[in-house]
Amino acid sequence: MSENQIFINGNPFFFKEGQTILEVASEQRIDIPTLCFLKDAIPTGACRICVVEVKGARNLVPACSTPATRNMDVSTESPRVIESRRLTLELLLASGNHNCAIGSSDEKDWTAFQLGAQAHDDHEQLCPAWGDCRLQDLAYRYQVKGGQFDRVECKHPTETVNPLIMRDFSRCILCGRCVQACNEIQVNQAISFGYRGVDTKIVAGGDRALVNSACVFCGECVQACPVGALVEKKSRFAARPWETRKIRTTCPYCGVGCQLWLHVKDEKIVKVTGVENGAPNQGRLCVKGRFGFDFIYSEERLKTPLIRENGRFREAGWDEALDLVSDTFKAIIAKHGSDAVAGVSCARSINEDSYQMQKLFRAVFKTNNIDHCART
Amino acid sequence: MTEAHPVAATFVKNAVRNGAKLIVADPRKHRLVDFADLHLPLYVGSDIALLNGIMHVLIKEDLYDHQFVESCTVGFEALKETVMAYAPERACEICGICPDAIREVARLLASVKPVMVCYTLGITEHTCGKNNVMSIANLQMLLGNMGVEYGGVNPLRGQNNVQGACDMGALPNVFNGYQAVTDADARQKFERAWNTTALPDKNGLMIPQMMEHLVTGKVKGFYIFGENLANTEPDIKKVEHELKTAEFLVCQDIFPNETTRFAHVILPAAAWSENDGTFTNSERRVNRVRTASPAPGVAKPNWWIFKQIAERWGHDWPSNSAREIWDNEISVLSPSLAGINYDRIADDGLQWPCPTTDHPGTCFLHQNGEFTCGLGQFNPVEWTPPAEVPDKDYPYVLSTGRRLYHYHTRTQTGRCEGLNDLLSEETADISMADAEAMQISDQEMITVKSRRGSVQVRARITEEVPSGMVWMAFHFREGNANWLTHPAFDPDTLTAEYKACAVAIEKMSPNAG
Repeated sequence: MSENQIFINGNPFFFKEGQTILEVASEQRIDIPTLCFLKDAIPTGACRICVVEVKGARNLVPACSTPATRNMDVSTESPRVIESRRLTLELLLASGNHNCAIGSSDEKDWTAFQLGAQAHDDHEQLCPAWGDCRLQDLAYRYQVKGGQFDRVECKHPTETVNPLIMRDFSRCILCGRCVQACNEIQVNQAISFGYRGVDTKIVAGGDRALVNSACVFCGECVQACPVGALVEKKSRFAARPWETRKIRTTCPYCGVGCQLWLHVKDEKIVKVTGVENGAPNQGRLCVKGRFGFDFIYSEERLKTPLIRENGRFREAGWDEALDLVSDTFKAIIAKHGSDAVAGVSCARSINEDSYQMQKLFRAVFKTNNIDHCART
Repeated sequence: MTEAHPVAATFVKNAVRNGAKLIVADPRKHRLVDFADLHLPLYVGSDIALLNGIMHVLIKEDLYDHQFVESCTVGFEALKETVMAYAPERACEICGICPDAIREVARLLASVKPVMVCYTLGITEHTCGKNNVMSIANLQMLLGNMGVEYGGVNPLRGQNNVQGACDMGALPNVFNGYQAVTDADARQKFERAWNTTALPDKNGLMIPQMMEHLVTGKVKGFYIFGENLANTEPDIKKVEHELKTAEFLVCQDIFPNETTRFAHVILPAAAWSENDGTFTNSERRVNRVRTASPAPGVAKPNWWIFKQIAERWGHDWPSNSAREIWDNEISVLSPSLAGINYDRIADDGLQWPCPTTDHPGTCFLHQNGEFTCGLGQFNPVEWTPPAEVPDKDYPYVLSTGRRLYHYHTRTQTGRCEGLNDLLSEETADISMADAEAMQISDQEMITVKSRRGSVQVRARITEEVPSGMVWMAFHFREGNANWLTHPAFDPDTLTAEYKACAVAIEKMSPNAG
């Protein structure tokens, strides 16, 4: 028998020194559900969803923060584990305003529930994360309907005073992923746990609005939020998750080259998230990469060629505009030589465009007067 | 770095949390300084003095990497001769960093391996920009930090595809793949590939020369693709005069902007996410860009527009998509990109050099201390001051850069919901000491003027900038720093000295407040 062997659901697997049960399991594609676990952050074991049963251990242990040890015998879906997860989910559903169908189905009066949900904290809408919520997914998976415990009223009003992020504390399950994303991943150190006990709240600075805090609106917290507590204002209610398709692309701003998922509905980008595990950014984005996509839909876009005539621009067709450019360059070059024309390419546009422009200047106009802003 | 390359900065901050040492050399005490073991607030434009001072200590105290210097480099004696004149005391007189701190930095740098140097335009946007870069390379070679992972000289490119535009030969001296236009063999190769003859054999003009020759009349036809030169170039008044003089100006862009006002023809282009293609990032990683939305109106991909013009000159270019241009032309004609094709970069991109389709790409250059040119060449450089330094009339130094919430001239970010709310106008950042001396209060409108022009802008009083400095960006037309900046250029690269010019600040009226 090998030294570093662990049994998961009766099957032996090797583990590397220091690996957690969760890491060994996910390497083997054994699904242990998680909620508070955030990749690249120190596991906290706070939410108790990932608990597993270890033979000989008195209590269930969180898989995310328990190291694998020699000959450990782990059950990931034993009756005891499932019972514990169901209870945890019941408590989470009762911990705030989780007004999706799951959170209400056992209440006798749907209307009363809805009215309650809406009256509470000025909530007029259903949860913006409906269909894209880790808590809802888990409740569905373990068939937890909610209503077993009295719902806790949230004392903290929703924060709407910044232009990009909605912070709805009534939907927050205090998993701490946003705090880890802010402090351990992006290291912006803007948010933390504040207050105590039932009053606990994720606060920015000494409980200020994000706009008045150290927040730089990278939105890493939104990407990390597993429920509907943190939502991009631009994307809120814009599309159901299954109506969008994800297109991988590269950010159009600085030279880091972050990889983005464009969430596209009907040929329109409704949301941007980072490509987890993708090089070079490993899912991280900044404010421009995450929220700076909608300029392409501006009404001010140039939509047709324009030709200056008597000091004003008039619309023209492609043929007319291209003929004019081509003929004028021909006339200039015929009269003054090839070096009487010059071009500046674009460091924002794709490689293929710059290649094509230098080819035009060199092969067609016969000049090397081609440059771009690398030097400026 | 936290403002201009925020995501790259997160990895630096992660490293600090994991125990790495961080030295920040910057006149400003910006956010990254909070994470630094040492902050070196050197005077603007004194980088070479500081670097030479550090190298002086490394050599004098015998802390440099003998093995690397002896086996992988040439020119050490010349370097030694130059930096020996920069004792920390003398370096301090120029850069303002005290001699003991210079010694401490040198000892710290020599105590660990590898050391990574990252820099941005604070190094290159000086009249001595090229020498600044050389000086950093000298330091890293002296420390033996070249050719190793997590070491090296790492310029963070400011724009998404400035690396790619260079790689593609949008430069006056090279074809794509850095093949010199003065090389007859290279010309012959491209003549064959492009089915043409008589490719020009002399280096062309650089942007500042093009602009100046608009006025002399040597350049008559000017084609600007996706650049808002009227706001981004130093000395807006001069630039606008040059653009106005152009006999025939073509602008190809996605929005009307300050530059298109001077155009004779404006061609509407498809934007990011409206066509397929590739960007190449600071790590030389070629990444895919994909289509999500249709272009508005009749706007067309830029490559298509260039192809149509070529056709009108009787050139039939076979490639009919960005993918065909890359796979059939760019990678075929650029040896360092030969192994990169669209199929291979469907997910993560590949870093060039990538010479063959089974090559995994190259994460860092000069591996095993083998430089492209053979041995690493030390290029000793002397410090030179900025072209314009503060004096009695213009007692402050103006330095410029980018802020987090906007990008360049805001043609894009200015049209994104929310970003304008987070930063809605330009400010002139000044120190508390200067504000107090001038009796300027925070957010008060002030006048900042240089020998080129003047702007009215709100003062932002901050601990970030040292006394004697004004710091501004160029995101907004109103209060744009480029009304003030100095069109003085590095003699080799013709990069403008955006980071240093002399300005005066004035209250707008004695009672304003």
